[in-house]
Amino acid sequence: MSRQRPEPVQAIKERRDSVLRRMTNSIPYIQFLGVEFERRGDELTAILPYKDMLIGNPELPAIHGGVTSAFLEVASITELTWSNFWEVMESGGGAETDWSTEPLPPLPKTIDFTVDFLRPGLPRDAYARARVNRSGRRYASVHVEAWQDNRSRLFAQATGHFLMPE
Amino acid sequence: MPQIGKAEAQKFVDRLPHCRELNIRVEDAAPAQVSMSLPYDARLIGDPDTGVIHGGAVSVLMDTCAGASVRMHPENGGALATLDLRIDYMRAAKPGDSILAEAKCFHVTRTVAFIRVRAWDSDTSVPVATASGAFTFTPISKSERPPA
Repeated sequence: MSRQRPEPVQAIKERRDSVLRRMTNSIPYIQFLGVEFERRGDELTAILPYKDMLIGNPELPAIHGGVTSAFLEVASITELTWSNFWEVMESGGGAETDWSTEPLPPLPKTIDFTVDFLRPGLPRDAYARARVNRSGRRYASVHVEAWQDNRSRLFAQATGHFLMPE
Repeated sequence: MPQIGKAEAQKFVDRLPHCRELNIRVEDAAPAQVSMSLPYDARLIGDPDTGVIHGGAVSVLMDTCAGASVRMHPENGGALATLDLRIDYMRAAKPGDSILAEAKCFHVTRTVAFIRVRAWDSDTSVPVATASGAFTFTPISKSERPPA
């Protein structure tokens, strides 16, 4: 019985990273906030590098609540798009597809988004990880958590519902 | 008691670096009630296929407007912070349109303020988004209170 040779690790990484890069580079608002993504396998971590422009309370100072909310929404939408596209990307035939030009899936639309502000966002980098709790044909529910210095001390969390593209 | 009017509300917004960056303008202000606008800006696009503004930018406008309505409440003594905010997105904002938000702080307890916000583009028949939430704030000191 002949067994297929496994894909070289470099090709796998390049495919995943290039798709993720295209997904985030194509969205002006992600660039405007300066949100970056780190990938470990299929796990994404969103990073919001600190900039003075993100401040909403100059006395404390603290990151603008709207910015925190926006960061969490960006992390949620990216996770949802990424996790849905993952199967397409990893279902074989990867070698024949040119992932630098393959069309990306349309984006889900936010139906509602509820943010719980647990602590002020300090003037330093913030991180977020989102988890898709349910992804149906039409709707998805996503939970996202954000922290700064300690992973266990969240400064904000949110739940959102999204309309999946047709 | 703090002064309450459009100029004070604009001063509140202008002190926030992120709002200056987005060019958020106060359109009107009254006690516990503020409206403000966010001009269309290509940097805020969330869907490059349609040119529609990202929900995150709308949430910045909603949160700012809500915060300002709390600031403009006669019981507010200064500092405030968002406790929670829920935003419902009814429809996509029209690319090219400014977004106008109207916030009302409809109830306060000693340190908690409850707010509602609505936002529209040039079509005022259906809101683009609505929001409700709670803020915490520092109440005015006794000495600032007008005599009963």
